Amino acid sequence: MAEPTTTGSPTPDEPLLRAEDLRVHLDTPRGLLKAVDGVSFAIERGETLGLVGESGSGKSMLVRSLMGICPSIARIRGSVRLDGRELVGVPRKEARTIWGNRIAMVFQDPMTSLNPVLRIDRQLTESMRLHLGLGKKEANERAIELLTLVGIPEPLKRSRSYPHQLSGGMRQRVTIAMALACDPDVLIADEATTALDVTVQRQILDLLQEIQAERGMGMILVSHDLGVVAGRTDQIAVMYAGRMVEHSPTADLFAHRRHRYTEALLGAVPRLDVPREQRPRAIPGSPPDLITLASGCAFAARCGAADDLCRAQRPELGEDLGTHRFACHHPVGTDAPAGADAASGDGADEKPSLMKETPA
Amino acid sequence: MSTLETAPAVGETPATAAAAKSGKARKRPSFLLWFAIAWMALVLLGALLSLVASDVFPHGYDKAFGEAKQAPFSSWPEFLGTDGLGRSHLTRLAFGARVSMIVALVSVVVGVLVGGLLGLVAAYFRGVTEMVIDLFSDALLAFPPLILLLALSSVYEPSQTSITAGLAVLTIPGFTRLTKASAIAQSNREYVTVAKAMGAGPGRIIFKELLPNTFPAVMSYSVIVMAVLIVAEGSLSFLGLSIPPPMPSWGGMINSAKDDLSLYPSQVFVPCAVLFLTVFSLNVIGDRLRAKFDVRDTKL
Amino acid sequence: MLRLLGRKLLALIPVLFLVTFATTALPDLVDGSPVAQMLGPGSTPQDLKDLEHEFGYDKSLPVRYVTWVGNALTGDLGESLKTRTSVMDGIAERFPVTLELAVFALLMALIVAVPLGVWTAAKAGGRVDRVIGGVSSGLLSIPTFVSVFILVYFFANPKMMLAFKPTGWEYISVDFAKNIEFAFLPALALALAEIPQFQRLLRSDMLATLQEDFILTARSKGLSTPYVLFRHALRPSSFSLLTVSGLTLGRLIGGTVIVESYFAIPGLGQGMYQAINGKDIPVVQGTVVVIALIYVLLNTLVDIGYSLIDPRVRAR
Ligand SMILES: Nc1ncnc2c1ncn2[C@@H]1O[C@H](COP(=O)(O)OP(=O)(O)OP(=O)(O)O)[C@@H](O)[C@H]1O
Ligand SMILES: [Mg+2]
Repeated sequence: MAEPTTTGSPTPDEPLLRAEDLRVHLDTPRGLLKAVDGVSFAIERGETLGLVGESGSGKSMLVRSLMGICPSIARIRGSVRLDGRELVGVPRKEARTIWGNRIAMVFQDPMTSLNPVLRIDRQLTESMRLHLGLGKKEANERAIELLTLVGIPEPLKRSRSYPHQLSGGMRQRVTIAMALACDPDVLIADEATTALDVTVQRQILDLLQEIQAERGMGMILVSHDLGVVAGRTDQIAVMYAGRMVEHSPTADLFAHRRHRYTEALLGAVPRLDVPREQRPRAIPGSPPDLITLASGCAFAARCGAADDLCRAQRPELGEDLGTHRFACHHPVGTDAPAGADAASGDGADEKPSLMKETPA
Repeated sequence: MSTLETAPAVGETPATAAAAKSGKARKRPSFLLWFAIAWMALVLLGALLSLVASDVFPHGYDKAFGEAKQAPFSSWPEFLGTDGLGRSHLTRLAFGARVSMIVALVSVVVGVLVGGLLGLVAAYFRGVTEMVIDLFSDALLAFPPLILLLALSSVYEPSQTSITAGLAVLTIPGFTRLTKASAIAQSNREYVTVAKAMGAGPGRIIFKELLPNTFPAVMSYSVIVMAVLIVAEGSLSFLGLSIPPPMPSWGGMINSAKDDLSLYPSQVFVPCAVLFLTVFSLNVIGDRLRAKFDVRDTKL
Repeated sequence: MLRLLGRKLLALIPVLFLVTFATTALPDLVDGSPVAQMLGPGSTPQDLKDLEHEFGYDKSLPVRYVTWVGNALTGDLGESLKTRTSVMDGIAERFPVTLELAVFALLMALIVAVPLGVWTAAKAGGRVDRVIGGVSSGLLSIPTFVSVFILVYFFANPKMMLAFKPTGWEYISVDFAKNIEFAFLPALALALAEIPQFQRLLRSDMLATLQEDFILTARSKGLSTPYVLFRHALRPSSFSLLTVSGLTLGRLIGGTVIVESYFAIPGLGQGMYQAINGKDIPVVQGTVVVIALIYVLLNTLVDIGYSLIDPRVRAR
């Protein structure tokens, strides 16, 4: 059940965006799929949260549920507050005044996330005209400004073209401009760079970071690559099978990663200081089926340190936002139980050098 | 509940939309299907009786026996009333069914045999053979079909044979295209390659491998085509360009009653209803078969 | 693009040849002489010969074909056996009527089917979708010559509602309001058969479009559902509907026989019908060729136009 809606002006002690025990359950033909199951976090203005996890871990579902844009078979429960205002359960009409206006989203694939039959200017201006009540001329001027801001050369000419006339990187810049159109408080980038090639990827990430710092937005950077979010976030949440398994300030997470899954994920990040043949590429095994999830730790089947406890009882994540939280019975740094061999070896004392630069 | 529910299909993923669609197809009561089957059985029975045992009808199709233009459900056993000349609607509708069924069935059988064979041959040999076959079927399909039939009826006296022949020719290209497409899809599959590699000849491959696998698609298409044929024959007889009187046909009955529309609407609407129910039933059955075999693109 | 155009036009040639050749061969199929009916009582075999010679029926088929094509290219489709007037003039007079009817019917069908298609796609699987789906599959099974009666019975019947004229015609150039009054029911009768097809087509294309990422983008901007449906989803979903509309226009021009003969509308279909009953072969020939030509050309145009209007196809 949603908590009673609290309305009113932002309270000083409320963070910009706060999710509490957020759940997204999908009523699929095969059964109930808990795509997001009990997630909590908070971000302040000017802060960036990195959301990391393998494909299918529920990242997209989580960020979409923050806005309330989920498939019709989804049930969103728990609480999402923007400046203290409850978003879960508000009527759609009201929710629409927030979408694109106070929370905006940049999607993964710029090739498909722009309407192919509408010109760029049209797609850029429609939300401004809707939310800000701008006239056609003002909106068009602002569209040009935005295109300039995101670094598109010849913005006037570009604004008159169709999406297919632009390159992938250009298109992603356009979608970012679209997201920025109404000066949102929260910007969500759902794998905004995954579909782009490496150099363009970095340019786009830099652009996002720059704009975010400039405007003091809250930002959520979704990625399945820890390397991408390492140097650009204030806190990082690692998702596995619909739950957060580790959540902490960025520096802390890299210095003292605790969850065995994070450990494995870090191992999966290509690192330049390790000879190529020693770089582990992927975590062995595959993510669990979210419909037939057993009661224990969801990672147990792929974890070298798992024992009967892990298989029987799910470890809980701490409650204290802002601290280093992790859900693991045998966190990294403690001894693995007898009989179980460590998943990614003696990684504990090895300091990953991911903090500064992010080779993708 | 506290979901920000949005318009169901907007932004749905393929999985959910597909679920919604197939859910719809499955959940719809199969009452309609049973009704359609029962109705078609009745029509076939009527057609069969009028063909082999017309004595079972209380009155003949061409003889007046009582008051003209009797409304339906006013007497027994002639519960469908009488036409403008006092002839039995019941008997005449059964004989009309015979005309419609013969035309539709014979045309479809010819279409399936000739069109299907041409399609299979085109699919197997490709190349020049396919080009020639395509040329003829494209040319036939390029004609508005009704116009072709009308043009023919300007020179031939319409009869059961000429109408059936004309319609049969028109059904051929549709079946050719369908079997060709379906067989080409099949022949790219592994088992056909295997059969070829094992030295099977064209005859064997066409009849043993391609034919059985194109069968489901052809079957559901045939049922839909029957509906189209019945409408086509109805259109012709409505224009007075089909089976000549006194032999009744549904379209002809509608045509001859058309001036009674405002005073005796049942004169028109009884045969209209029979025709509609038949076409509707065939469409329902055809749709079901198509959904079952999941055939796409079956427009005539 | 040009290659496509060339290929399409090239493919037309054999079709056009078959059409024209078959129509020229028509008189040979007639039982007896095609001109026999023109002779009054007491005419001699010599009169028949003279007439046959006058209409060229004494020549062999290939000769007739070449002559016919030559004449047709100059706009001469021969003379009516009945009225001895130019077939081309008759067609020129009747064609606008049929065209108006077909266009009117097409517009009606689109006006009804587009909102229905969008609505049923947006509510796919819901009650509205099921009800409209059911009604449209029922409608699909009503032949035009049946819907004509239903419409006339309910809307042009002194006993029910006399909203429209049951039969007759007024040229649009003479009196627009009257023209609409006459044209409404026949056009609706033609449109009824197309509505379910258009609605189904648009619904399925819309369903596909609604699963695209850009719809999610549009929604995430806070745009209203109707706006997303009509401004973002409809355009990219309507290409096959446009194609089919073009084809339908061609089919309607060739398919007005029933409606025109029932409503006594002086269009091509009625002309054709009268010519058939009167065994007026040249008129039948001319009408068939003109209708087939329009039909084939429209099909080809639509084929080409399809690739022109879709920016995505253009891009490829
Ligand atoms: N419409 C849907 N119907 C059924 N299941 C769905 C639907 N959308 C997502 N899921 C399931 O929900 C789970 C979470 O999906 P989600 O898209 O959030 O993953 P993700 O972490 O974003 O993955 P990726 O990195 O591939 O984007 C997956 O198991 C997916 O199969
Ligand atoms: Mg995702």
